[in-house]
Amino acid sequence: MGKRSVIPYGPQHPVLPEPIHLDLVLEDEKIVDVLPSIGFIHRGLEKLTEKRDFNQMVYVTERVCGICSFGHGYGYCDTVEHIMNIEVPDRAKFLRTIWFELSRLHSHLLWAGLMADAFGFENLFYQCWRVREKVLDVIELTTGGRVIFSVNKVGGVLKDITPEMQKAILEMLDYVEKETKVLEKTFMNDYTVQSRMKGVGVLTKEQAHALGCAGPFARASGIATDMRMRGYAAYGELDMEPIISNDGDCYGRCEVRIGEIYQSIDLIRQAIDKLPDGELAAVVKGNPNGEYFMRIEQPRGEADYYIKGNGTPNLDRMRVRTPTFANLAGLCEVLKGADYADVGILAVTIDPCISCTER
Amino acid sequence: MAVMTFAGAALKNFFSKPVTTKYPAEPAEYKERTRGHIEISIDDCIGCGMCTRCCPCGTLSIDKIKGTWTINRFDCIACGFCVEKCPKKCLTMVAGYQTPDGEKETVTYTKSPEVLEAEAKQREEMAKKAAEAKKAAEAKKAAEAAKAAEEKKPEG
Repeated sequence: MGKRSVIPYGPQHPVLPEPIHLDLVLEDEKIVDVLPSIGFIHRGLEKLTEKRDFNQMVYVTERVCGICSFGHGYGYCDTVEHIMNIEVPDRAKFLRTIWFELSRLHSHLLWAGLMADAFGFENLFYQCWRVREKVLDVIELTTGGRVIFSVNKVGGVLKDITPEMQKAILEMLDYVEKETKVLEKTFMNDYTVQSRMKGVGVLTKEQAHALGCAGPFARASGIATDMRMRGYAAYGELDMEPIISNDGDCYGRCEVRIGEIYQSIDLIRQAIDKLPDGELAAVVKGNPNGEYFMRIEQPRGEADYYIKGNGTPNLDRMRVRTPTFANLAGLCEVLKGADYADVGILAVTIDPCISCTER
Repeated sequence: MAVMTFAGAALKNFFSKPVTTKYPAEPAEYKERTRGHIEISIDDCIGCGMCTRCCPCGTLSIDKIKGTWTINRFDCIACGFCVEKCPKKCLTMVAGYQTPDGEKETVTYTKSPEVLEAEAKQREEMAKKAAEAKKAAEAKKAAEAAKAAEEKKPEG
């Protein structure tokens, strides 16, 4: 047995976009145990429900996280709509689907860039973010914000996507599809990239299931879990299949996420094609009274929302379970037995979003 | 496993224009819907206070008598909720983000003197009318009471 030592990793680390602290127990260069700790970015947003009314909370929930912003706003609105029995107009449902997929598109391109940066391929990182910038431009064109959309409200959406904007979205999708093919070639086939990803951090299907992993992290281990198949928003009317990989390693996770970029492009095209005419929002009367539990698929995996209203404008309780929280257990599992040099890559492959996790 | 898969993209980079713009030197392009910051056409404001009540971060305050509307732009999250709620549509989201500063200073907008004067006059007139109405109501009540007392007298 080699000499054991504990190396602190994070909360400030060049590879990590957000603060998480890992105490790595090392035996020579191999990791034998990991102790994660979170709590560096807690803001108490759930507690804020007691001070803000349920309409103001839409904007607060959107700011739970920068990258999954739209998903959080949507999850909150949909939950409150279920409590209040509001029938959202069809057009609003399709618009929400388009925006949701745009946010997934930019999140996955961001992840691809961060991944390239984690294994030291900076030029590939620039290319990924260059492509992502076009998605952000379209998001700004349609919603007014690059990252925080602020288009959701309880009952529907605030803004419409005009035919000119639809054209701009479709043009952007063609561009992103073309560019992603170039990036995919490097991610999937390049020798140097594969030497950092293949066989690194393998998580078997049984392990992923036992640890309750979510999203692309679980799908890369062969679990076909995708909350979009539940058919919330307009997903029920679009054709889609969960993208899975059976590798269970970093390469598999990369494969799943790149596959999902194409899937998102396809879903946005379908949604624009089927976009119905009609109202943008339903009339909202009264205050939420009751409780509801909602499951949606964020770019990083399954997010759960629990809301309890008491008939006053202020909610009794709001609870958000985010995908990164579910995936942390999986991360600790894949880190055991890994090389110290691979910690950065493995931490990035779960697509950690610590702001979401701590709220 | 292929080698040098990125060579094409890397070569293309050498001979293409930079993707980024030299931002402060070249002005940034904003979209029509960009939520940069809030502007108010203060003379149209009726001082209903809807914006101050709906603001999720409590950054707005209003004084109806003085005709002022105050915003702390550093607390504002540019969500656009006040713009949506404003009944007179005098609030708008315009392009251009708040520039950084050492202190969180507030900005106060005041109505033009003419509008303030007109409003003060209107308030005075309304107060006068209300006072007159109150006086009239009191006189009517007193007359009714006197009449009732008179009617009561012969019986007694």
